[in-house]
Amino acid sequence: MTSAGPTPAPGPGAAAPAEAWRPSERQLEREAVRRARARRSRLVAAASTAIVATAAVVALTTSPGWPRVQETFFSAEHAARALPSILEGLWLNVRIMVGCGVTIAILGLTVAILRTLTGPVAFPLRIAATVYTDVFRGLPLLLLIYLLGFGVPALQLQGLPDSLLFWGCVALVLSYSSFVAEVFRAGIESIHPSQRAAARSLGLSHAQTLRFVVLPQAIRRVLPPLMNDLVSLQKDSGLVAVLGVIDAIRAAQIATADDFNYTPYVVAGLVFVALTIPMARIADRVARRAGHHGPGGVV
Amino acid sequence: MTRRDDRAAAPDTPAAASPADTPVLRARGLRKAFGDHVVLADVDLDVHAGECVVLIGASGSGKSTVLRCVNLLERIDDGLLELQGDDIADPRVRVDAVRARMGVVFQSYNLFPHMSVLDNVTLAPVRVHRVPRAQARERAMSMLERVGLADKAAARPDELSGGQQQRVAIARALVNRPALMLLDEVTSALDPELVGEVLDLLRSLKDEGMTMILNTHEMGFARQVADTVCVLDGGRIIERGAPAQVLDHPEHERTRRFLSRLHV
Repeated sequence: MTSAGPTPAPGPGAAAPAEAWRPSERQLEREAVRRARARRSRLVAAASTAIVATAAVVALTTSPGWPRVQETFFSAEHAARALPSILEGLWLNVRIMVGCGVTIAILGLTVAILRTLTGPVAFPLRIAATVYTDVFRGLPLLLLIYLLGFGVPALQLQGLPDSLLFWGCVALVLSYSSFVAEVFRAGIESIHPSQRAAARSLGLSHAQTLRFVVLPQAIRRVLPPLMNDLVSLQKDSGLVAVLGVIDAIRAAQIATADDFNYTPYVVAGLVFVALTIPMARIADRVARRAGHHGPGGVV
Repeated sequence: MTRRDDRAAAPDTPAAASPADTPVLRARGLRKAFGDHVVLADVDLDVHAGECVVLIGASGSGKSTVLRCVNLLERIDDGLLELQGDDIADPRVRVDAVRARMGVVFQSYNLFPHMSVLDNVTLAPVRVHRVPRAQARERAMSMLERVGLADKAAARPDELSGGQQQRVAIARALVNRPALMLLDEVTSALDPELVGEVLDLLRSLKDEGMTMILNTHEMGFARQVADTVCVLDGGRIIERGAPAQVLDHPEHERTRRFLSRLHV
């Protein structure tokens, strides 16, 4: 009906000759006003950003203690020296994050599904899942890491691994899964009952309804809070260092101990942030592609 | 087509300039396209105080888009849009203030499910119009009485039937004393036996002199309440006039085809 071509093609009997339209004077003026306003707000934004940034830099660099702070926290020389060992430690953080992340997703989802089960048969499962989330959300993570990392190997039970790293990861998984389970549950319960009704009406079983209808919508909806937990996990993966394994923060700490220069900490902080930013962008993209409804229209 | 020409000349006559004759809504050459798809090509529409204009036309003919443009929910691509003589398409106007002068009722009610019926109705008076809470409640209660639902004030929307929900939605719009009511297929989502209560309410609103534009597929109702029926097709109003004239003696071939499909 309408053609996107550059040349007008007024076919015989065209209902709406879209190509014939030229903006009126009034419309051109409106667009000019909108452009002027957009220009002005861009200008204000740029100016205010520049002023604040300049003020911050000036305040920082003219402060009396700046030279010492710069030497202690932002020394290029120390940064270069500490970087290799920090990156090596970071590799451990990444492995912990990925390994635990996958396990947490599975365990968390399982617990969430158990909590949404209905019927008397599922009562014990429901109770177990509820007790699990209540207990492990409440326990401080550090305590859990000590308890499992030092306690379980001390039992000297046959067949259980005695690696400190393994038990540190188990503590992370147990703690995080309880949080993630609640996120998943919120997502599952946010799907309107009519969706279940429609799926069951087609003859899909309870499990099939979850698998093909409810979960795809629920997971898409809770992707941003899940991302929060993943980033948080990435940082907390450093807590296993208390068991003696060397991650990025521990590596920075060791480097710092040489000469009391804190630059390695800053470097470790920066590599963590550098890891987080692409993850957040990827999550945004995934959510968008999955058809997440952003702010709609003019309102 | 001939009627269209008569009307196009009208705004230039000196009589139209006097404030008493200023229409509540005046639209000229409204245009709205979504990408390449031109939904409104060139729509002219006047709605005078106390007038009830009914828009009819096949789905996709642009009826809803007209209402959404008038309420500034969609930004028009061109044309003139005046509410009580004020240019409301000007980018410098405060959109919220303009919307506060109109009432909208949607096809699927759009009540806020987390609020009681009364809170739904008092939200805008209290937050937008800064009416003292006690006074807003009083006004809301009398409005709920007006739509016959005073006893449901404490209920949640999901405890009501569709017809009751739609009547609450109408009360929610009316309580702000709008200059213009926009009603978008307000009975389309209702069970047939619930349509009547909503239409009765609209009919009494009309009798009280409310100015309104409504989209509907209920031709019988259009015949009863409309002062003017406008037929939309391909983004234009192809025919307009008194209901008896347009519905019984349509001039335009497309109108005839549209009406005959409905009567089957």
